[in-house]
Amino acid sequence: MSTLEIKDLHVEVETEAGPKQILKGVDLVIASGEVHAIMGPNGSGKSTMAYSVAGHPKYTITQGSVKLDGVELTQLSVDQRAKAGLFLAMQYPIEVPGVSVANFLRTAKTALSGEAPKVRTWVKEVNEAMSRLGLDETFSSRSLNEGFSGGEKKRNEIVQLELLKPKFAILDETDSGLDIDALRIVSEGVNRYMAEGGHGTLLITHYTRILNYIKPDFVHVFVDGRIVTEGGPELAENLEVEGYDRFVKMAAAA
Amino acid sequence: MSNLDAATEAIASHLHPTASYNLADHALPTGKEEIWRFTPLEPLRPVLEGASADAELAWSGELPEQVSHAELSKEDVVAAGAQAPFDRVAAVALDHAAQSARIDIPAGLEVADPIVIDAVGRGGTVYGRTLVNVGAGASVTLVLRHRGLANYGELTNIVVGDGARLNFVSVQDWDDGAVHAGQHSILIGKDARVKSVTASLGGKLIRLMETAKYAGTGGELEQFGVYFADAGQHSEHRLFVDHNLPNTVSNVDYRGALQGEGANAVWIGDVLIRKVAQNISTYESNKNLLLTDGCRAESVPNLEIETGDIQGAGHSSTTGRFDDEQLFYLRSRGIPEAEARRLVVHGFFADIIRRIGVPEVEQRLLAVLEKELDAVGLPAANNEEN
Repeated sequence: MSTLEIKDLHVEVETEAGPKQILKGVDLVIASGEVHAIMGPNGSGKSTMAYSVAGHPKYTITQGSVKLDGVELTQLSVDQRAKAGLFLAMQYPIEVPGVSVANFLRTAKTALSGEAPKVRTWVKEVNEAMSRLGLDETFSSRSLNEGFSGGEKKRNEIVQLELLKPKFAILDETDSGLDIDALRIVSEGVNRYMAEGGHGTLLITHYTRILNYIKPDFVHVFVDGRIVTEGGPELAENLEVEGYDRFVKMAAAA
Repeated sequence: MSNLDAATEAIASHLHPTASYNLADHALPTGKEEIWRFTPLEPLRPVLEGASADAELAWSGELPEQVSHAELSKEDVVAAGAQAPFDRVAAVALDHAAQSARIDIPAGLEVADPIVIDAVGRGGTVYGRTLVNVGAGASVTLVLRHRGLANYGELTNIVVGDGARLNFVSVQDWDDGAVHAGQHSILIGKDARVKSVTASLGGKLIRLMETAKYAGTGGELEQFGVYFADAGQHSEHRLFVDHNLPNTVSNVDYRGALQGEGANAVWIGDVLIRKVAQNISTYESNKNLLLTDGCRAESVPNLEIETGDIQGAGHSSTTGRFDDEQLFYLRSRGIPEAEARRLVVHGFFADIIRRIGVPEVEQRLLAVLEKELDAVGLPAANNEEN
């Protein structure tokens, strides 16, 4: 049983006009076995939360804490956070020319587990994971994300999720830009990851569409750098009907 | 011949260099000239002034029995008409070379194994004059490896016959004090396909003028380069692709890494698309990775277009430090920072090195790359966490 605990998180980003506060005190607790959906309008700070928790250098945490099983992540380097059990599936996965997917996966697995995976079983495992996500074997010899379509990049993120088996996964708009088939395939990957047990997922999305495939246990609505309301899956259904407007006005009035 | 006359008509421009077989047309540079302003002239004094040759490179290598070699006079080079010298070093070398080689690869000869020629210096001033004729329809890989120590000035002309395929690899793997300046020029026959790879790894100063033009329509050039400049080293590659005929193609991709105080790299990419050169396609790219403080890269792509009736023309140039987003991505998967940096640099060069197609050269380059990475303090893969 693991816990990811975000407490009073305040985050700034450097802009030309000086530092700008994006997160204004976020509290969130995720236990393994749970899927939390974070929904909210553009610019509300959802991605900022994802990237600052993962340790992106662009964001400065000015207050608050993020603990994974009691370990303070904000004191750790990016790779140490991953080693502690955190995974971020990015909205725009980065291209790394000349580094093959196979080499990248092996290097990451080795770094995370502290020893090189056994060649024979590992190659099989990689090929199976890719095939489940609808990527053929040629992808493993291609440069990481280079020349991949948007959908292929997202599938590749979920291949990594399945192979690296983090304690907690933050999925930053993994559903954006996916067609219906890809959405289903990617969702099935996330569901397999959850079904293995001991894992928790924080699903960031604009749309309720992906929630038809990945059932959230909790839904949080994010507006202007804070969680303004939370509830069960029924909250997502309300949002589908009512939109974010009510919450945006509420936050503005507060 | 009217076509060829038009094709070689002089075009008033300061961007691309002017060629002449006559040494008197190449004045001693002051360092202010466009073609010299990036180059430290002091180490080049002997080969610029024409100091008398007092040494030779030891050449070795096995040529297939059908391939002949002979001495080569300046008159032979002029008669071959491939490319006159673009700068004074090449002109001096053409006049003064005590060492010369003419290599003839007969028409239609196909050689699967690379022809590897080693040229090893043992100090002193050396001038070289080389002409390679690749016969029509022939298919060969030619590797020229420079090692040891010398002040070397040279002119190498390569004439590629119609429909021939040439993979030309030039490796500058000199000892630390070596100076190597000169010109490598390729004349590409009708429908011929040329891939060239230039790898400049060591030496105090390397300055290569690398040019190409076409002797017939339909010729294709793929030109790759890799260079490492360390503290106090100057590595300069001046490219000039002359699209003097229609339906010709050129693709250029040079990548370099610099590290250490005073490490200096210069890349000039001149492309001229003449009026007659309709339907051509060209792209040039140069990327520099600055691994430490104190190094400097100049990257100057120039595109002169005399006709708009082409398939495409473009260039790009980037010089920078590590890409933070790439490092973040790799590190977010648990890969420690130093190892992530190593992966990125490896990838940057592996992209070019794998195109060489000569395993022993590829391995040598990868080994040198490892040493470069060690020098910046990036540990071997899977070592430990920092």
